[in-house]
Amino acid sequence: MTDAANRPAYLDNHATTPPDPRVLAAMRPWWEANFANPASIEHAMGREAEQAVEAARGHVAALIGAEPREVVFTSGATESNNLAIKGAARFAAGQGTDRRRVVTLATEHKCVLESVRDLAAEGFEPVLLPVRPDGLLDPEALRGALSVPTLLVSVMAVNNETGVVQDIAALAALARGAGVLFHTDAAQAAGRIPLDVAAMGLDLVSLSAHKLYGPKGIGALYVRRRPRVRLAPLFSGGGQERGLRSGTMATPLVVGFGEAARIARLEMALDEGRIAGQRDRFLAALEAGIPGFRVNGDRASRVAGNLNITLPGGVDAQAVMAAAPGVCVSTGSACSSASVEPSYVLRALGLPEAEARATLRIGIGRFTSPAEVDRAAAELSRAWDGVRRQLAAE
Amino acid sequence: MTLYLDANATEPLRPEAREAAIAAMELLGNPSSVHAEGRAARRVLEEARARVAARFGGAARDVVFTSGGTEANALAIASLRRGRRVLVGATEHPAVLRAAEGAEVLPVLPDGTLDLPALEHALSAGDPALVCLMVANNETGVLHPLEEASALCARHGAWLHLDAVQAAGRISLSFGGSGARSMAVSGHKLGGPKGAGALLLAPGQDLAPLIAGGGQERGRRGGTEALPAIAGLGAAAAAADPAAAARLAPLRDAIEAALGLEAAGSGAPRLPNTTCLRLPGAAAETQVIALDLEGVRVSAGAACSSGKVARSPVLEAMGLGEGAGEAIRVSLPWNAPADTAERFVAAHRAVRARLRPKG
Repeated sequence: MTDAANRPAYLDNHATTPPDPRVLAAMRPWWEANFANPASIEHAMGREAEQAVEAARGHVAALIGAEPREVVFTSGATESNNLAIKGAARFAAGQGTDRRRVVTLATEHKCVLESVRDLAAEGFEPVLLPVRPDGLLDPEALRGALSVPTLLVSVMAVNNETGVVQDIAALAALARGAGVLFHTDAAQAAGRIPLDVAAMGLDLVSLSAHKLYGPKGIGALYVRRRPRVRLAPLFSGGGQERGLRSGTMATPLVVGFGEAARIARLEMALDEGRIAGQRDRFLAALEAGIPGFRVNGDRASRVAGNLNITLPGGVDAQAVMAAAPGVCVSTGSACSSASVEPSYVLRALGLPEAEARATLRIGIGRFTSPAEVDRAAAELSRAWDGVRRQLAAE
Repeated sequence: MTLYLDANATEPLRPEAREAAIAAMELLGNPSSVHAEGRAARRVLEEARARVAARFGGAARDVVFTSGGTEANALAIASLRRGRRVLVGATEHPAVLRAAEGAEVLPVLPDGTLDLPALEHALSAGDPALVCLMVANNETGVLHPLEEASALCARHGAWLHLDAVQAAGRISLSFGGSGARSMAVSGHKLGGPKGAGALLLAPGQDLAPLIAGGGQERGRRGGTEALPAIAGLGAAAAAADPAAAARLAPLRDAIEAALGLEAAGSGAPRLPNTTCLRLPGAAAETQVIALDLEGVRVSAGAACSSGKVARSPVLEAMGLGEGAGEAIRVSLPWNAPADTAERFVAAHRAVRARLRPKG
C-alpha cells in the first residue's frame, strides 16, 4: 500500500469501501487464534467459531430489523441477488405456479439483469420497467406491470451509479397488494439509509459487506420467515445455512461483516452528516473549477455520498480520469469499468450517449477527508480543463 | 493442550496465507476498477491466479475463483453435465452428489477405491458421460485409481471432473496431465482462508456461470472477488508442498500400529494425513466427544454434516455395515507436532478405558 500522503484521493466508495480499522481488528483473532470449521460443532474450537458466526449474524440482522435466522450468508450481493431471484422463481415453478412474470428495473445492477435473463431461458417472463429522468420508478408503472399475475418484483434500494433512493416501502406495498414477492438489492443502501424489513414489508434483501466498510467475499440474503419465503438453492452440498447455501462458512469474513454491520447501525446518522458535508465541500470546489456541470438523478432522494456528474465541454470522462491519476473515481459500475460502452443506467435516465460518456460517478465515504475532496476537486478541474483545451485545439 | 487432528474439516491457516490475506484486507480497491487502487487489487488477484495455476498444473486464464470447493464442484458439474449422463462415485462428497443428482452411482471396492470394471461397464452402456470422481476421500483419505479411470473415460469419449479438495497440497497432482476437463480445489483445505476456492478448466473448456453478474472471472463467475481469501489461497497453494505433507504418513502409521484398530481403506493408497479408525462397540459420536474432553479434536465424518448422528455413507458404501457408525476420522494438519502419535494414542487409550462396558 502506498503511503497515506501519496495515496490517490479515493472517491469511489460505490465500487468498494475501505475496511474500517475496527473491522480489521475484529477479524484478526479469526486469522490468528482459531481457524476451526464452524460446522465442526463436535469440538470446542468449532463451537467457538460457530458462536462467532452467530454473533455476526445477529449484527447483520439488527442492521435491517430482521431475526438472525432470517439471514443467510453468501459470498456477496451478486450471489444474494442470484439466489433471491433465481431461487424464488425456480422454487415457485417447482410448486406448479403458472406465474412466470419477473418485474425489475432497467437501471438494476448487471447481476440482477443477468439473473432475470437467465430465467428467461428457463421459460420465465422478465419485464424491465423504465425509470423517470430523475432515476425514480413511477409507482404507476409498477402497478401497471402487476396487472398481469407476477411472481417476483426486484427493485434496488439505492442505485449504484446515481445514488437515487427508490421509495421501497411504497413499491413493496404495491407488490404485496398483488400477492407478489418483493426483493430489493440493498448493497448500496445498507449502512447508508435506514432499512427495516418489517416496516418496509420486504421479503428478500441482498446485502454486501464490502460496500459498508467490511471485507470482500461475504454478503447476505434476508429471507423472510413469517410468512415464509421459499427458495431453491443455487447449489447444494453440506447443507449449511439451512440448505440454502452450502459450503464452509468463511469465519473471518463473516466476523468482519458482523462488525461492519454493528458499526453501521450505530454510526449511520453520524456518517451521513459528515459525508454530506464533504459532498457539499467537493461540490462547491468543483463548481469553481468546472462551471456548468450537471448532477444527474433526483437531488432530494439520494444517498449523501453520491454525485453523478455530467461534465460540460464535450469531454470524454475516461480521458478526464486518465488525466487525473491522483484521483480514484469511476465512469459507472466497477464491473463494467473496462468497458467502452457508456452506462446503460444513464441511458435509461434519458441521457444521450455523448453525455453518458462525459459522466463521472463520485462516491464519498466514511473515511473521505476534507483534504482529499479538495485535492480531488482541484485535480479533476485541472484534468477537465486540459482535456477541453486539447479538444478545442484539435 | 489442544491437539488438532481435524484437518480434513479445515486446515490451520498457514502463516504465508495469513500474511497475504491481511495484506489484501488493507487494499482498498475493487479489482474491477480501472484506477490506481483498482489496479493494485487486480495485481494481487492475478498473482494468486498464477500461483494456483503453477501449483496444480493448469493455465492461469483457465482458473476460475469461487467461494470455495462446494461452489467450484457445483459450478463445474452444472455446466459440464449439459447433454451428458452423469456417473458418480459412491463415496463422493455431498457437494458432488447433490450437484450430480440423478446420476448413476459407481460402486467402490471394500478398500474404498473405485470399481474400475463397473466404470468400464457403465461407460460402454450408453451416451457420452460426465464422470465425477474425488481424487482423495474426505473420510478415509483413499485415493481412486485416477490414471486408469481417466484412460477409460478417454476411450469412451467421457468427460472427467475431479474433486481435488482433499488431495490438493497433500499429494502431488497435475491437472494438466490428468486428462480431466475440470478440477475443484478449496482454499481452506490447503491451509488458506475460508471463503475462496478455485475451479481449473482444461484449455478451451466452456463454462456456464451459476452466479451471473458483472462479468468477473471472464464471465464465468459474477461478483466482486473475495480478495483477502483469494490472496490467501494463492499463498497457501504456493506453500502447500506435497513433499512436506508426506512426512505426516509415519505419524499416521504409528497411530494405527499402536492402537491395533481396523482402519477403513488402509489397504488402498491413501492421503498421508488421514486415518479412519473403528472402535467396535463404541458410537463414533461418543468417541469424538470423549476425545474432545481430552483436548483432541477429531470428527465422526464430514464436518458439514457434524451434529447429525448418522452412519457414514462413505463407510457404508465400503461395506462396513454396523461398523460405519463406529469409526472416527483422524486427519493430521500440515503443522502436526512431532509427538502427535504419542499424544493421540495416550488420549485414545484413556477414552477407550472409560468407554469399555462395565461388568
